[in-house]
This record gives sequence, C-alpha cells and structure tokens, in this order.
Amino acid sequence: MDYFLQQLINGLTLGSVYGLIAIGYTMVYGIIGMINFAHGDVFMLSVFIALILFLLITSLFGGLAIAVALVLVLIIAMALTALWSWAIERVAYRPLRGSFRLAPLISAIGMSIFLINFVQLVQGPRNKSIPPIIEGGFEIQIGSGDITLSYKQILIILTTAVLLAAFWFIVQKTSLGRAQRACEQDRKMASLLGIDVDRTISLTFVMGAALAAVAGVLFMVQYGVVNFSDGFVPGIKAFTAAVLGGIGSLPGAVIGGLLIGLIEVFWSAYFSIDYKDVAAFSILAITLIFMPSGILGKPDVEKV
Amino acid sequence: MSEGEAKTVASDERASFSWISALRDAGFLALFTLGLSFPILAFRTRQDLWHGLVLDPRWDLVATVVAIAFFGRLSWLVVGGRVSRNVQSFATQVGEVLAPLQNYKGTFRLVGLIWLIAYPFLAVLIAGPGGALKWIDNFGIQILIYVMLGWGLNIVVGLAGLLDLGYVAFYAVGAYSTALLSTYFGLSFWICLPLAGIFAAFWGILLGFPVLRLRGDYLAIVTLAFGEIIRLVLINWVELTNGAAGISGIPRPTFFGLPFNASDEGFAAFFGLEFTPLHRLFFLFYLILALALLTNWVTIRLRRLPIGRAWEALREDDIACRSLGIDTVTTKLTAFSIGAMFGGIAGAFFAARLGFISPKSFEFMESAVILSIVVLGGMGSQVGVAIAAVAMIGGTELLRELGWLKSIFGAGFDPTQYRMLLFGMAMVGMMVWRPRGLISKREPSLVLHEKRAIGGDLVKEGQG
Repeated sequence: MDYFLQQLINGLTLGSVYGLIAIGYTMVYGIIGMINFAHGDVFMLSVFIALILFLLITSLFGGLAIAVALVLVLIIAMALTALWSWAIERVAYRPLRGSFRLAPLISAIGMSIFLINFVQLVQGPRNKSIPPIIEGGFEIQIGSGDITLSYKQILIILTTAVLLAAFWFIVQKTSLGRAQRACEQDRKMASLLGIDVDRTISLTFVMGAALAAVAGVLFMVQYGVVNFSDGFVPGIKAFTAAVLGGIGSLPGAVIGGLLIGLIEVFWSAYFSIDYKDVAAFSILAITLIFMPSGILGKPDVEKV
Repeated sequence: MSEGEAKTVASDERASFSWISALRDAGFLALFTLGLSFPILAFRTRQDLWHGLVLDPRWDLVATVVAIAFFGRLSWLVVGGRVSRNVQSFATQVGEVLAPLQNYKGTFRLVGLIWLIAYPFLAVLIAGPGGALKWIDNFGIQILIYVMLGWGLNIVVGLAGLLDLGYVAFYAVGAYSTALLSTYFGLSFWICLPLAGIFAAFWGILLGFPVLRLRGDYLAIVTLAFGEIIRLVLINWVELTNGAAGISGIPRPTFFGLPFNASDEGFAAFFGLEFTPLHRLFFLFYLILALALLTNWVTIRLRRLPIGRAWEALREDDIACRSLGIDTVTTKLTAFSIGAMFGGIAGAFFAARLGFISPKSFEFMESAVILSIVVLGGMGSQVGVAIAAVAMIGGTELLRELGWLKSIFGAGFDPTQYRMLLFGMAMVGMMVWRPRGLISKREPSLVLHEKRAIGGDLVKEGQG
C-alpha cells in the first residue's frame, strides 16, 4: 500500500511536468492544426536557460533566499523561452500558412534538429548537473510503511495547479482567450471579425512556450541534470499526453499528462524500467490508431 | 505585374525608404537577438574540478552575433529588396534554363552512369591506391547508401505522400536480420540480402496496416513511435541482439564464394592478382551502385503502373482518390512496404559492409537525415534526391576534410558539429522558400496529348 501511494505521488509529479508541456502541443494543434515537433526541444532549451539563470542569480546575489531565486528564475525563463518560441514561429511556421499540409510538420522537424544541435554546440554535449536545490520532505506513516512527500514534489504539484488555474482564466475569461477560441473554430471568419489572427497564433506559441518553461524550471528542481538530447523523449511523451487527453482540449492535456506520468511510473515500478519508454510510445500508437480523438477531444470531421 | 508597374513600385520603395525607420528596425532586431542569446549563448556551463557547474561568460560572442544581426538587417533593408528580386528572377531563369535539359535526359543518364562506373578507377588513378580508399569508402559507398535510402523513402514520402519518420526502423530490421541470420545460422550474405528485404517489407506491412488509415501528421508520429520502439527493443533484448554493445563479426560479402582476403582461396589469389584491400571496396561500391540503381529502376517502372499513378494521385488528394474507387489502404500499404523493402536491403548491405552493427546507428536522427535528403531533393524527384544525398553526405565528409577552417576559427573548431545544424536550417529554409524541393518542375507520369511540366508554384497552390 505504501509503495503504491509513493508511486502515485511520483507519478503525479512527473505527470504535472508532462501536462505542462502537453498544453503547448494541444493549443498549437487546436489553433493551426499543426504538430509543433520542436516543442519538446523548446522545453529542453528552457531547462538550459533556467539552469544558467539559477547559477547566475545564486552567484550574483549570494544571500538570496532559494524561494526568491526560483521565482526570479521562473519569470525570466518564461519570458526568454517565450521569446524563442515567438521567433521560431515567426521564422519557421508563419511563412507556411497556406502551404501544403505536411510542410509545417517538416519545417518543425527541421527546427527541432536545429535546436538540439544549437544547444549541443553552444553548451557542449555533456550532462549538466547541479546539486539538489530543495531537499527534505514529509515522512508520512501509512499502515506499516512510510511514504515520502518531498518538498520539491509539493512545489511541483502546487506550481502546476496554480499556473494552470491562471492559464485557464486567461483562455476562458480574457479577450485574448476568446480570440484564440475564435481562431480555433474558424480562422477566416475570425479575421473578418477583426481579430488579428497572426498575433493570436503568435501568442498561442508564446503561452505554450511559457508553460514549457515552467515545466523546464520544475524539471531542473526535480532532477537537477540536463542534456541537449533531453527534449526528444519528454516531447514525445507530452505529445502522447495531448493525444491521449484529446488533442485541442486543455483539460484533456492535463489529464493526459497525469495519466502518462502515472503509467510510466507504475510501469517502471511493477514491470520493467527498461521498457518504460516503449510503454509510452505504445500508448501513443494505440491511442492514435484506436481512439484518435482521445478522452476529451472532439471527433475529427473531415470536410471536403 | 507589368514592367512599368514594377518600376513605380521600386521608386515608391526608394521614396519611402528612411534611414531612421531602417535603423529602428535593425536596432529592434539586434535587441531581439540579444534577448535570444542572453543566457544560452552568453554563458557556457562547464564542470569544474569539483563537479560543480561554473559559468564562462562569452560576451564577445554575443556581441558578434548581435552586430551581425544589426548590420545584416540594415544592409538587407538598404539593398535587400533589389537583391531578393534579382535572386528570385535568377532562380526562375535557372529553372527555365534547366527545364529544356529534360529533353537530354537519356544523354545525362548515360554520362552519369559511365561516370559512376568509372569512379573507383578514377579515384585510384588520381589519388593513388592508398588515397583512393577514402574516396571510394567515405564518399562513394557512404553516399550511395544514402542515395538508396533516399530513393527508398522517396517512394513513401515523395510518391505516396506518407510522411514516414521511422524509416530507419526498416533499415535496422534489414541490418539486424542479416546480422542475426549470418551469425546464428551461418547464412551467406547473398541469401541474407533478399531475406532482409522480405523481412523489412513484412514489417512494413505489419506496422503499416493499422496506421495507414490515419491522417498525414498522425501517421508521421506513429511511424516515429514504431521506429523508437524497434530501437528500444533492440537495445533491451540483450539475449538476442547483444543490446547496446551491438553485433560484431558479421561475415563480409563474398564474390561468388571467393572471400576478399589474402588467403589462397581468396579473390586475389583466384584471379592471380596481388592482394589489396581495394578489391573489397571496388566490389562493395559496385554492389551498392547496383542496388541503388535497382531501387531507382523499380521506382521509375512502378510510377508508370496503375499502382504508381494511384500513389501520386493519393499524394495530391486523398478524398478524391477514395471517391474514384481507389483502395487507399492497400495502395498506401504497397508504397509503405516497397519503401521498407529497399530500406531493409540497404540495411543488409550496411551490416555486411562494416561487419558490425549497434542500435546507435538507428536513432531518430538517422531517419531525420534521410527525410531531409528526400525533402531537399524535392519529394518525388529521383535526380533531386540523388543530388541532395551527394550534397549533404558528401558535404559532411568534405567538412571533415576542411582543416584550414581550423586556422580561421581556432583549433577547437570542429566543422562536423555544424552538419546537423545546417541540415535543420536547410529543412526549414526549404519549406519556406521552395516547398517542393530544388527541382520542383516535374513531368506528369502519364499524359493525354502533350507533355507539360508542372511548375512548383502551381503544385504549391494545389493545381499540380
């Protein structure tokens, strides 16, 4: 029982990170129907940015409390990653509106290759690790055994919850969110009604990247190590989460993320750790083949 | 637009050009570049002796990049419009000049073939027996493997329009089936070669059957997932595949039973020649050349068959095909499995050429390289794919040779590191500027009255 609960907590922590990345996929897919293949690498880039910022801030202001430093890192990393994502959209995706269907995906693959190699080139191919930032946690006695709820896990789950709430508010209640949903339904009609479609799409990319940066900072707090190739697998898993939850649906992305996190952790705990990525990839294939609209998604109607 | 109108537009541009707005624009871009490069470029993380991370500031690099952005943008604003128009008209002119060359296709083909057949001999003549090793192996054989893979993937991506991100899985199936069959059962390379093709095609059908009903982009992701699953299984199924350590000691191909070694039963001794390692390379070169040409020939023939025409129709419009009664799943499945078969054959060759394989050779990046060759070659154009393979793989090998770059950029400069960076940028640039590839004009496979080339610009608008 305690082992199960422990894995549940671990799974939810991992799942929140996936959920945050998945939102970036799902929003972009919702609005322009494109798989932003480079999103996982934007996440990886954000981990690097966060890592460097953290080192910079702690070395510049030695006495700063860790909490303040992390908030600073979070805000700056969100802004800088958003800037990157905006630039990527501007350079690689915007000129392709109206091109043939696979063009944006191929361009995104090119972008992904570029980002991986760019980071490898400027930061070197080795693992970058920092000592644990937050240590300790609660020990909870359950039945015969103990489970550990570490502070960083609490931080991750809380941050995810708060930011998702804020984000949900933006999409549901602000004019930007309305514009976004309008573009999702019918881009041409939205532009006729005076919505700046290009700007809305850019902001969608920016928001997705900002959430990916949150995931990046949390990733840094949780694992404290990053490598230039770390964007690929989390990216695919987050995409799996988006598909599983129903692509285009925001709550779906979060539910999908949590599910993928739980499945991965329980698979490693009870079956085989070697095949945990195989499990995630298989879920991706199975979902797409048998349930392409996911849990909360709308069925895809093909219009002629 | 008539010429007069164009002139007015040009003079309007000159009139509205103002230094202040140009400077503001360039300054904005410079600021933007600064923002992009701030932490990631400005500080390099380095592990110190105590395994802590330290930051090495590199503000000089940032300053250079920002300056390049500023002055690049400024000069673009000053002369860019004219340059861009010139480049565009130049590109059109080149296209127009190249277009009639289509009429001399037969001659080109013959010259190309003769050149390819003579290539190893030329290499020996020019570089000498020692120097030729590199030219035949690194350039000739390496490029031809990618040409073959590119042509194989071209059937799937270029002809049938199915974006396959897991093509390397079939390459892996071919390589591993050769390695396993020859090391466990002692089958010769010549039996393994067709078997590898059959196995890969079988896997293509097996994987393709459930996924080919999916829409284009979903299909791409599922093939990616399958490719990764196959690679992970190869790594983790240690009892069969020896895991990440790979399989070594794969028997080399023989010339009708004559091995290429210095022994008395060897190829050299049988023909009374002096033994040199060049014999094996010559043999491998002609083998892969033959295999690649076979791929090309099969593709060209298939394009003229109803199935090939169905592929191309499918690429252009899925729904129209279904309305016309084409069985889309079977049609896609044929393309998928035939493409897979050539990938498998290339894999078999790859395994036998090196005598060693490991899952490291079958990562996603490999798929990405093959895909970028097909994309840059113009998705569907056989010549384009070959040129792209020569440019990209040969270019990579050339980068390795460019020692003089080190004297400019310092000793730590490794040009090969930029290879994938350039691939990525080229893929994006291709999609933005010439989405149907460098050679975008293409002849219809079947015509009613007269041949009319389909321009890339029309294809882009969905009319081709």
